Amino acid sequence: MSIDLKTIKHISKLSRISVDDQRAKKLVGDLNSIFDFIEKLNELKTENVKPLTSIAETTLKLRSDEVQSKNIREQIIKNSPQDNEDYFVVPKVIE
Amino acid sequence: MSDITKQSLTELVESIKNKKLSSSEVTKAFIERSEKSKVLNAFITEDFTSALDKAKKFDQKPNLNLKLPGIPMAVKDLFCTKNVKTTAGSKILNNFVPTYESTVTENIWSEGAILLGKLNCDEFAMGSSNETSFYGNVQNPIDKDLVPGGSSGGSASAVAGQLTPITIGTDTGGSIRQPASFTGTVGLKPTYGSCSRYGIVAFASSLDQAGPMAQNVKDCALLQEVISSFDTKDSTSIDFKRSHYSKDLTNNIKGKKIGIPKEYRVDGMPKEIEDLWQKGIEYVKDCGAEIINISLPHTSYALPTYYIVAPAEASSNLARYDGVKYGYRADGENLIDMYEKTRSEGFGAEVQRRIMIGTYVLSSGYYDAYYLKAQKVRRLIKNDFDEAYKKVDAILTPSTPSSAFKIGEKTNDPVSMYLNDIFTVPVNLAGLPGISIPAGHDAKGYPLGLQIIGKAFDEQNILNIAFAMEEKINFKNKITDWWIK
Repeated sequence: MSIDLKTIKHISKLSRISVDDQRAKKLVGDLNSIFDFIEKLNELKTENVKPLTSIAETTLKLRSDEVQSKNIREQIIKNSPQDNEDYFVVPKVIE
Repeated sequence: MSDITKQSLTELVESIKNKKLSSSEVTKAFIERSEKSKVLNAFITEDFTSALDKAKKFDQKPNLNLKLPGIPMAVKDLFCTKNVKTTAGSKILNNFVPTYESTVTENIWSEGAILLGKLNCDEFAMGSSNETSFYGNVQNPIDKDLVPGGSSGGSASAVAGQLTPITIGTDTGGSIRQPASFTGTVGLKPTYGSCSRYGIVAFASSLDQAGPMAQNVKDCALLQEVISSFDTKDSTSIDFKRSHYSKDLTNNIKGKKIGIPKEYRVDGMPKEIEDLWQKGIEYVKDCGAEIINISLPHTSYALPTYYIVAPAEASSNLARYDGVKYGYRADGENLIDMYEKTRSEGFGAEVQRRIMIGTYVLSSGYYDAYYLKAQKVRRLIKNDFDEAYKKVDAILTPSTPSSAFKIGEKTNDPVSMYLNDIFTVPVNLAGLPGISIPAGHDAKGYPLGLQIIGKAFDEQNILNIAFAMEEKINFKNKITDWWIK
């Protein structure tokens, strides 16, 4: 298997990380060497193995659905790069 | 005064309790030494003024019944600390000031400890040498231009360099144990679910675990006792009966069965690591433990599994950094352009690489071939340990395949960097506790560590084995203070 420049551009779009051509070319090399290394897993037959999705196989504890933190809007907004005190502000999305 | 920073945590607690030292004296000593140690670049954020204030307040009304009475300490910059900047070693969180406290640090402050500052680490804990940090390399106190390991590199450097008596790190694939090994210090990765992940900047949620780092096993046990707690704010926190790790610490390990896994004898492992391991085997035998040869057949599949599971989880966890709610924002022509530029400028190369690997293995058409496959192999790796633990109480291995390397030596080859974690990654995949203790030096005089892996929730047992071995090994860290002029 080999990852080409087109695939890198596609992953970059899915990841919402813009990469220029020079960086994309470097990533082709990096990701191919990493996937060569990962391919080792294909040596193993795993048809009948149950995937391990959680290491602590316990059931989630239930709790009552009550508000724990009240009136923290100011705290939540505090770290935003741009806000108008009530909302997060983003570039215009509707023309 | 200068001798204060040489003392272990246990000695400092004793001195403060006996009123031989005040919290202010201790805090001042560590701050003074840190001021002289800027070359190490161990701190991202210093909180010295506030630390001195807190120490003064403690001394006015000392509560000597606490476990860490007036003890100053710095923590890895991956733990959210209320009103103190928390960066995770990334540009994207360069201006992030949490409005809440992580559970682990909350536990520490409520036992009387005082925050000295936030310690450098690989960006989002992704790295094995602390070279991916946006805030620069960290120097290993052992030798100039030597990496301290990673990702908890600032933490390891600060403990070995005596800038903090103890610290906490996080360990996703070896990020506590590998730097501990590289700096001649002790580091424990607890069982998954032992320490709350609430308020820790997330990397790979099914693997991440906080843990203590210290100069010796006893200090490590005491800190583990403080940080381990059941927490309803972390849905994967586990409610089990926790030991009094320091009080119950014993060097009596007579009759314990220690497994030696043949698969850890990897190709190309330096002879000095092999010799160290052999010496470790002799030490545990001397302590009256029994050595049993075991097999963990899927060991060589652990790293490839890790490099699917960890990036996959990271790609979802790091989706939150979009320039909207907190952190860095780049200007963009529209919303999507703003996202893409923010993430491109805000994340460093290694983080971008891992997000892209993760995105790829989770993407349509590849999920089964990679992610599902890795989850299946992860089960096989865990089963290996389950089988082994039918015969043994703990497992002894080297911590790392080599001693610390030079800054820049492995940065151009991601796979050779990843191979650093070959002995530590399986432990995270299986959710087990593991501790690295310094056990000797290589020909260059650099420290080497041995790892003891335990059954889930059996931290007490591996701490005891480490404690018994520590006595036999009688390791002396060679810190020359080369960076202090």
